[in-house]
Amino acid sequence: MEVGTVKSKILDADGIRRAVTRIAHEIVEKNKGTDKLILVGIRRRGVPLAERIQQYIEEFEGVKVPLGILDITLYRDDLSTIDVHPVVHETDVPVSIEGKSVVLIDDVLYTGRTARAALDATMDLGRPERIQLAVLVDRGHRELPIRADYVGKNLPTSRREIIAVRLQEVDGDENVLLLEREET
Amino acid sequence: MKWQRKDILAIEDMSVDEIQQILHTAKVMKEILMRPIKKLPTLKGKSVVNLFYEASTRTRTSFEMAGKVLGADTTSIAVAQSSVSKGESLLDTAKTIQAMRADLVIIRHPSSGSAKFLADILKAGVINAGDGQHEHPTQALLDIFTMQERLGDLEGKKVVIVGDVLHSRVARSNAWCLQKMGVDVTFVGPPTLVPVELEGLGVKLTHNLDDTLPGADIVMALRLQLERQKSGLFPSLREYSHLYGLTVDRLKKTGKQSIVLHPGPMNRGVEISDDVADSVDALIERQVTNGVAIRMALIYLLIGGSSNVVA
Repeated sequence: MEVGTVKSKILDADGIRRAVTRIAHEIVEKNKGTDKLILVGIRRRGVPLAERIQQYIEEFEGVKVPLGILDITLYRDDLSTIDVHPVVHETDVPVSIEGKSVVLIDDVLYTGRTARAALDATMDLGRPERIQLAVLVDRGHRELPIRADYVGKNLPTSRREIIAVRLQEVDGDENVLLLEREET
Repeated sequence: MKWQRKDILAIEDMSVDEIQQILHTAKVMKEILMRPIKKLPTLKGKSVVNLFYEASTRTRTSFEMAGKVLGADTTSIAVAQSSVSKGESLLDTAKTIQAMRADLVIIRHPSSGSAKFLADILKAGVINAGDGQHEHPTQALLDIFTMQERLGDLEGKKVVIVGDVLHSRVARSNAWCLQKMGVDVTFVGPPTLVPVELEGLGVKLTHNLDDTLPGADIVMALRLQLERQKSGLFPSLREYSHLYGLTVDRLKKTGKQSIVLHPGPMNRGVEISDDVADSVDALIERQVTNGVAIRMALIYLLIGGSSNVVA
């Protein structure tokens, strides 16, 4: 967890549940069903979010949509400038994405660079019919022409602020916090 | 864990954590290698040079492919057609390559210690692809990766390595690597090729293959370097094959479904029979595939981040 003082709680556990449930409904609505759908979580916190969306869709549509995991480390555009050597993890998309509707899922949309890397990583797996993007929080400050198709919460922030998404599966806690970066 | 090394020279001084990190990274790389479109942008703009002073098919090609899959530009220098044949020293050749701003140099050389010699001078990273009778670290890593893939946790497993251990850098690297991972290692071969001095590696030494096989989970045959017979280290190929060649009947003595490895190239009918080499338990082609994944992992770990980029 990054260092900072908590300014406010943006979403609590119920808030996250409602937002993710709504996204699940919107995904099915916009894609007119679940036929060609594949959910792909971006490591790390996109993965539990994708699993939840899969579960919600199963509850109200009775269909288990295929689920994949994407690791974008090898597609980052800052590999040659960051100091710490990022550890790569496995990408696991168990079905062919050829001609399918892929929904990429991540926790926060910020500069758009992760989404750019995820788009490239997805394209290297095949040629989907379309790719959509779902995020729990859109905090603005895009550096690339990228937008999300499904947003849990739009949250205008300053660059000094930090959005901390904490999910039970990863962090043992469930909320979205707005923090102020501490001067170092 | 943060990766610290500039070079991969030997398994001997590597920690278990480092070996684990390489194996983990190779698993990711293998998934990429098995894709229909196996190409990444990761090392765009990085250059890798293969400098091979000895013959090689699989090691050189797999380093070349590994670099290419990761998006690096790879070049191979055929020593016979290079300035080396005009008498250029290893040091000068290496400096020339460095002056061309190579980020990574892969070296195979008949002298033990040559990879370390280069690594000490060059700012670029160096990977040892086999130096004399010293080590061949990438081979040991791909061997253990292949064993793990088939058998899972290797702790307490029994490996028998049979053949010309004396001249084998593969055997030496494997002895270090396997023992670090908790594997029980036995070297088998005629006393001339498995001399008592090898006890320093910490492995068991025997000269009777049939007595050693019971209980072996993995049997690894080494290539018999045929030129050794001329120097009188064993009487005849036929006798060697009779005593140490892997055959289907002989492998039954392990008492289990053992797997068979061979670093290649094979002398069929000498250290390994055709029916063993082509059986389902022989993972020799899988070793080659995994070799590309291991080398991708190493290239990524050495030049994937900024820390070791040549200024």
